[in-house]
Amino acid sequence: MPLVLIARGLDPVLRLWQRCTGTGGMITFFLLPNMAIFGVFVIIPLVLNIIYSMTGGVDILLKDRSFIGLGQYGRLLECQDYLVSTTCREDQFWTAVRNTGTFVLFQVSLMVCVSMITALILNRKIAGRGFFRAVFFFPVLLSPVVVGLIWRWILQRQGLMNLIVTQLGFDPVVWLNDRFFAFSAAIGVSTWAHMGFYTLILLAGLQAIPKDLYEAAEMDATPASRVFWRITLPLLGPNLAVVLVLALIRGVQIFDEAYVLTGGGPGTSTLFITQYIYEVGFASFLRNPGLAAAASILMGLVLVVLTLIQLGLSRRAEKGNAR
Amino acid sequence: MKTKIWLSGIALAAMATSAFAQDATQVRIMWYSDGIEGEVIADLLDRFEQANPDIDIILDNVAYQVIQEQLPIQLASGAGPDIARVTNLKAQAEHWLDLRPYVADPAYWDANFGDRFDWMREDGSNAIPGYMTQLTLTGGFANATLFEQAGVELPAHGATWDEWAEASRKVMEDQGLPAAFAIDRSGHRVAGPAISYGAKFIGEDGKPAPMNDGAMDFFTRLTDWTAQGLMLPEVWVSAAGTTYRAAADDFINAQIPFYYSGSWQVANLSGKIGDAFDWVVVGSPCGPAGCSGMAGGAAMVAVKYTKHPEEVARVMDYLASEDIVREFSERTLFLPAHSGIVAKGGLNFQSDDPMVPPAMNAYVAASAETLPEADRMPAWVWGNTVYGAIVTRISQVMAGELTIDQAREMMDRDIADQVEAAGQ
Repeated sequence: MPLVLIARGLDPVLRLWQRCTGTGGMITFFLLPNMAIFGVFVIIPLVLNIIYSMTGGVDILLKDRSFIGLGQYGRLLECQDYLVSTTCREDQFWTAVRNTGTFVLFQVSLMVCVSMITALILNRKIAGRGFFRAVFFFPVLLSPVVVGLIWRWILQRQGLMNLIVTQLGFDPVVWLNDRFFAFSAAIGVSTWAHMGFYTLILLAGLQAIPKDLYEAAEMDATPASRVFWRITLPLLGPNLAVVLVLALIRGVQIFDEAYVLTGGGPGTSTLFITQYIYEVGFASFLRNPGLAAAASILMGLVLVVLTLIQLGLSRRAEKGNAR
Repeated sequence: MKTKIWLSGIALAAMATSAFAQDATQVRIMWYSDGIEGEVIADLLDRFEQANPDIDIILDNVAYQVIQEQLPIQLASGAGPDIARVTNLKAQAEHWLDLRPYVADPAYWDANFGDRFDWMREDGSNAIPGYMTQLTLTGGFANATLFEQAGVELPAHGATWDEWAEASRKVMEDQGLPAAFAIDRSGHRVAGPAISYGAKFIGEDGKPAPMNDGAMDFFTRLTDWTAQGLMLPEVWVSAAGTTYRAAADDFINAQIPFYYSGSWQVANLSGKIGDAFDWVVVGSPCGPAGCSGMAGGAAMVAVKYTKHPEEVARVMDYLASEDIVREFSERTLFLPAHSGIVAKGGLNFQSDDPMVPPAMNAYVAASAETLPEADRMPAWVWGNTVYGAIVTRISQVMAGELTIDQAREMMDRDIADQVEAAGQ
């Protein structure tokens, strides 16, 4: 009843607005609430972040900070040899960039492959298919902190993994103290935690492929591998593109589960760019909000490029499908 | 009809309650706990509220990380609680309220807490910003049972770090332990020992001095001990940046015979070890310059953005009163920072654990051995900057990412960058 009253009260106002501004004005009117929320939580913080990145000092409030132009960017980019992070003024930033790049390369490849294989298996008529779909999706529902803690407990010196190792007669290993294993663990745990989501996207894509194509291939006695490469993979293209780019963006933003699992160590071997920003901006005794803001802007630019690639790929795939 | 009567009654009761609550002034305290002190302070504050119904105290028991990361942002924006328990005392001094005009007897505060006001107020100020809830001192704990089982004598008072490392190595080898000793991953923890080796962190001009040979001598030892498998690697190596990691659990689980931490661990160790093994406090091992630990502690400070300074001062007067400080220290096993109580002595630490009284006495004795450089550190505004640079870079050396010479250069650069940033 009150809603009806509100609608009746608004009706003449909306009619007047439409008369003055046309259909475009009505679209604006209905978009306004969402745009306001987007503005408050995205646009304003983004603008503030850009301003922060051009200020110096250790104070938190903008009014207490001095304008230094592109000084923070200059500090981040000052390097004698970009391949050797210790020659850079902000060596940990470049270590984090290198680590993040390596992480993305391996984790995204692994994620796409594992999700693809899982989706293909779950798309078959196997016993307990519903159960296995739930099992693979379950880690997605867990908080990343919980994921990190679970695996930390498994891999620590007195953890489950070492219990098994010692039962087999070997000496315990401090898994997370080994640079290679800690990095691999970050990749593996992140893949384990998120593959359910990507599997779901690919599964939806697989189920959308017309069955008659497979029936035709079967009648022609086409080998399974050829069916996969010539039917499944091309028709799964748009979904794969989405998975690839989403995984890529998520990979660049890796923080929570890796931070809880390894803390960035051993040394800085699993220090990723988001942890660097967090440390410099908030957590460290060597706090510098302007430097953290500049690093986050640079990371944002990388994400913009990745998003543009996603849009490009999606549009290309749409055009391909239309033909 | 009955329902209506009931609802009316509930509404009236709610109105009466809210009217009553409005009469009381709310004082919000942000508090963190290392051990049981949260329960103790809650009990003490309940008693205050009963005696002072016009003040309603809200105790926000938060994680230490909130104090370190969120409180500074609240303070910078002119908000925050009325009172807070903090450890980053000096760097945030501009946000503390001067209680001098509000407390009942400023002379009492000066006489009993005045020695440490400089730790938490701006240089040159005569403000009363709060009081230390406890003094802490870094120092070592030895697992006496493991030493005994290994047939290794506990190094005597005055033993050097090298002697402790060697004795602990023998225990490690004999008992098949993963490491000989561990030190918390914290710049504060290693600063005292570094000072024992001749480190001078404070320059002539009051700004940070470059890392000297004394400091590097101890840091080189630390990295060598880690490389030799004597120092438990996962505490320092398995993290980046300034992340704090304690090694208390490894000591509690009898994985290391020697653990360097501080006096605040006594209640924790007593509660968790129980009678599983005997442990003793051994003070700080020595270097060429002395046997220094590092003093520190947490303080209750009034925040200057409070709207109720008079009520805040009444709460602070109560908490800082001799009886309450004494009871708090005795129940929490913390060293008091109240000069009067220290002078009178006779603290009756409430613990059935026979390890506790000698442990507390050992810390009191060790507090006399801190070197002047270590005594200056808590009141020095750049202390945390130096600690941050040490822990970040020395961890990288331990992980094999930097040489000790590169670490020295980078520590100096990190500290200089931070000093420069603060001046912008």
